[in-house]
Amino acid sequence: MKRLMCVISASLLALSTLAHAAEKVTLGVSIPTATHSFTAGIVWWANEAKKELEKQHPDLKVIVKTASAAPEQANQLQDLLTVNKINALVVFPFESASLTKPVAQVKAKGVYVTVVDRGLTDTSAQDAYVAGDNTAFGKLPAEYLAKQFNGKGDIVVLRGIPTTLDNERFDAFNGVIKTHPDMKILDAKYGNWNRDDAFKVMQDYLTRFKHIDAVWAADDDMAVGVLKAISQAKRTDIKEVFGGAGAKGAVKTIMDGSNPLIKADVSYSPKFIYDAIKLTAEARLKGEKLPANTIIPSVLITKDNAKQFYFPDSPF
Amino acid sequence: MPLAPTETPRASLRWLGKLHAVGPLLGLLVLCVAGTLLNSDFATFDNMMNVLTRTAFIGIIAVGMTFVIMSGGIDLSVGSMAALIAGSMILLMNKLGTGTLAAHPVAVVGLGITLALVLGAVFGAIHGLLITRGRIEPFIVTLGTLGIFRAVLTWLADGGALTLENTLTDVYSPVYYGAVLGVPIPVWIFVLVALLGALLLNRTAFGRHVQAIGSNEQVARYAAIRVDLVKTLTHALLGLCVGIATLLYVPRLGSATPTTGLLWELEAIAAVVVGGTALKGGEGRVFGTVIGAILLSVISNILNLTSIISVYLNAAVQGGVIIVVAFLQRSRR
Repeated sequence: MKRLMCVISASLLALSTLAHAAEKVTLGVSIPTATHSFTAGIVWWANEAKKELEKQHPDLKVIVKTASAAPEQANQLQDLLTVNKINALVVFPFESASLTKPVAQVKAKGVYVTVVDRGLTDTSAQDAYVAGDNTAFGKLPAEYLAKQFNGKGDIVVLRGIPTTLDNERFDAFNGVIKTHPDMKILDAKYGNWNRDDAFKVMQDYLTRFKHIDAVWAADDDMAVGVLKAISQAKRTDIKEVFGGAGAKGAVKTIMDGSNPLIKADVSYSPKFIYDAIKLTAEARLKGEKLPANTIIPSVLITKDNAKQFYFPDSPF
Repeated sequence: MPLAPTETPRASLRWLGKLHAVGPLLGLLVLCVAGTLLNSDFATFDNMMNVLTRTAFIGIIAVGMTFVIMSGGIDLSVGSMAALIAGSMILLMNKLGTGTLAAHPVAVVGLGITLALVLGAVFGAIHGLLITRGRIEPFIVTLGTLGIFRAVLTWLADGGALTLENTLTDVYSPVYYGAVLGVPIPVWIFVLVALLGALLLNRTAFGRHVQAIGSNEQVARYAAIRVDLVKTLTHALLGLCVGIATLLYVPRLGSATPTTGLLWELEAIAAVVVGGTALKGGEGRVFGTVIGAILLSVISNILNLTSIISVYLNAAVQGGVIIVVAFLQRSRR
C-alpha cells in the first residue's frame, strides 16, 4: 500500500514537473449557467474563446465550468484547483461577497486570477479585474435622451433586479437627468430584466401617465415587453424606447431602422468574458501580467456603428 | 343515546361562516376601493381589462390547480411546463411556417395550439401516472419535472429567446390582443374555464370523487372510487389548463425565454389557497380561486399605479395583503 502511494505521488510529481517544463497554461473559466439571454451570451462567448485560443496555442488548455448558484461555484473552484490543476483562472463571480474567500484560496495556491464583471470585496484576492462600464451604461442613455429632446421631456424608467450593479446604472442615469431641470423621471419600477414583468409595468405606466416622451427600459429584453405594451395601448406620444446591453435583436432593429422607437442602444456585451479569457491566456503564455483594472467601455450604438456590434451566431 | 341539540350554531358563528366564504371577495373589494382612492385611473375600464387579461394565465392554471390541491396533491412544475410548451409551440410553428405550410399561416397556428393542449395533457398525465403507479409523492415528482421542463427549454433556446416568425405573430396576436364585445379574448377564455371548472367540481361525480379523495383517501378507496384514475385525471386536467394558458401567453410577446413562467407555480398555488381551498385537500371552491387570482394581480397593479411606497417594499405589501386575506377566510376548526 505504502509503495503504491509512493509510485502514485512520484508519477504525479513527474507529471507536474513535466507540465511545468513545457510552460503549459491550464486556464479554468468559472461562469454562471445560462439562465437568461445575457448569461447565455457569457457561456457562448466563453466557449468561443476556448475554441479559438486552443487552436492557436497548443500549449493552452481551457476548461469552462458553469455554476447555477454561489455555493456550487465555490465547489467548482476547488475542483478546478485539485482535479484539473489549473494555473490560471478567469472567474465571473455569482456574488461579490460570498465568493471572495473561495477565490482568495485559489490565488493562495499560486494560480493567476482574473475576476470579471462583479468585483470581489477584497481586491487582494485577484490579480486582475476586467469589467464592463456600468456608469456609462446609465450615463450614455441619459445624455442621448437629453440631446434628442433638447433637455426637455418626461421619462419613465424600468429598473432590473435590486443589485449594486443596477443601482450604479440608475444613479448614473439620474445624475445626468438632474442637470436638466426640464427633464423629469416620472417613476422607476423594477421589471426584473424580463420581458413579461416589463410588459406589465409598462401597461401600468401607460394607464397612470397620460403623456410620456421616452422610456429608459435599461435592458433589451425589457424593451421587448415595453414595445408590446405601447403598441397595444396605441399610444403615439412616446418617441423613444432606449434598451441596453446590445442584444442582437435590438442591434438588428437599429441597423435596419425597422422600429422608429428604437434608434439607439448602449453596449454591455457578454463578449467581455471572451476578452478576459484571451487577455489572460495570452499574457500567461508569455509569463506576463495584466493591468490591475481593464474596463471594457460601454459605447453608444446607433445606426452608423451598429454593424460592428452585430453577432448573429451568439444567442445574445 | 340521543344527539345533543348543539347542532344549531349561534348567530355570530353563522355570520363568521358566511364571512369565511366571502372573505376573499371582501378583500378584493377593499383593495379596489383603496386603489381607486389612490389613483382614479385604477377604476377605468381599460385598466380593469389590463388586470383581468394579465390574470388570465395564472387564473386558468389556478382553476386546474384547485382540483389537484383538493384531491390532496400539488404541482410545482406548472411554470416550467408553460415555458417548455411555449418553446415547443414556437419551434413547431416556425418549422411549419417556413416549410410545407408556408402558405397557410392560420393552419400553422392551429397546429401550434393543438400541440400546446396535447403536450399539456400528456405532461399532466405523466405526473399522474408517476404519482399513482410509481407511488412517488406529488411534491417530489413535480419538483423533478420543474427542473427538467425548464432545463429542456433553456437547452432548446440555447439560453436565449425562441421567437415566433413575424408573419405568424401577425396571424396569432389577435388571440391575446383581440377583443369580443370590448372584452379581451383571454378574459372570455378565463371566464369559460372557470365556469366549466365550477360545473365539473360541483355538478359531476368526478368533482365529488376529487373532494372525497382529498378528505380521506382510504375511505374513498373503500367507497369504490377509482382513486388512481381520478388523481391522474386531475393532473391531466391541470396540464390541459397550463396548455390553454400557454396558448394565450405566446401571442403576447411572441417569444419564450428561460424566464417565461418563472414562479407561476407559487402564484397559482397562492391564488388557490387565498381563495379558500384547503392546502391539505378536501374542500375548496373554483369561484374563490378566481377571486384569489384577481386579488394577487390587483395588488401589483395598485403598487405600479402609485409611488407612495418604496419599490423595495413591494413584495412586503403583497405578502401582507395575502396574510390578511387568508386570515379573513380562515376556516373554523
